[in-house]
Amino acid sequence: MTPFRLWVYLQTTPLFWLTATLAAFLVADSVAQAARRNPLVNPVAISIALLGALLKATGADYQTYFNGAQFVHFLLGPATVALGVPIFTNLPLVTRNLWPLAASLGVGAIVAITTAVLVAKGLGAPRTVLIALAPKSITAGVAMAVTEGLGGPAPLTGVLVIATGILGAVIVTPLMNMLGVTDYAARGFAVGLASHGIGTARAFAVDPVAGVFAGLAMGLNAIVTPAVIPALLPWLVG
Amino acid sequence: MIRGFFILLVFQLAGEVLGRGLNLPAPGPVIGLGLLVVALVLYRRARPFDEEALAASDLGQAARGLLAALPLLFVPAGVGVVQYLGLLRDQGLALAAALVVSTLATLIATVGAFLLVKRLVGAKGGA
Repeated sequence: MTPFRLWVYLQTTPLFWLTATLAAFLVADSVAQAARRNPLVNPVAISIALLGALLKATGADYQTYFNGAQFVHFLLGPATVALGVPIFTNLPLVTRNLWPLAASLGVGAIVAITTAVLVAKGLGAPRTVLIALAPKSITAGVAMAVTEGLGGPAPLTGVLVIATGILGAVIVTPLMNMLGVTDYAARGFAVGLASHGIGTARAFAVDPVAGVFAGLAMGLNAIVTPAVIPALLPWLVG
Repeated sequence: MIRGFFILLVFQLAGEVLGRGLNLPAPGPVIGLGLLVVALVLYRRARPFDEEALAASDLGQAARGLLAALPLLFVPAGVGVVQYLGLLRDQGLALAAALVVSTLATLIATVGAFLLVKRLVGAKGGA
């Protein structure tokens, strides 16, 4: 095989794209580390930009990419279950904060759905985009299932979910510092609720208690938001 | 490590079976998370263990390894953005505004409700 033919062949293999995904993340993570975990330097966003550029450069489509990257994507399931370990370890702290948890869960879930849909509607976004936007604060797999159930574009929801996650992870630390919130349980719960697993990853990088509460919020919101959307959406979208 | 990963998969599978079997609104992995916490509580009652023992166990190691890699796991879904570059050009402003406003509002509302109710019930703790 000539080097060119070999390169063309490699671009179609899952191995190539799986390796590229890990490589992009390692580069992005070392950049984030060099920036001393500055919230603006988000490793997920950098990885996506690098891989997006590589896809464009090679002309490979997303399906080809995902055939390789799905092995990483699959681990989201067991990683969600794994959150049970730190939550168990911090169970006394969780039970002590049961009422604040319940109240902020309800408030946060409704605010997340309502504000997103109303702002986009006000700026003239079409109905399908509004449906795709509604579950953007919950974890990717569940959000996509919600959109699909409502007849909306699930892959668009996947993208909006990741964007929301990155956004929350970027703004939570400066925002909470500005507001003077020093309760890491509250900070973590807010970012997990607003920005699911990416927010949770950020919370674990800042403080272990914040990480536990973020994981908890992510898990609980994955139950509440799908239950609330069918009731809220007809009223919001019209 | 294999045993730890196996435990996580078994709980995810149990969550999936329970969720679909009983038509629960929660997704399989989230039910699996709940089942894992309950199982650990029950197991500790039967055979007491401390935090260090859990962290050093196969399950503790597998969980720590996966959670350390959490940001990486979102990358494949995020790269899906390449399919929507056209839509982003047309609806980019509305989407960006919606996401920024909503994320800010959600963070503030959630943290506000949390702290307010905590003060009202006089709960101690947090960190």
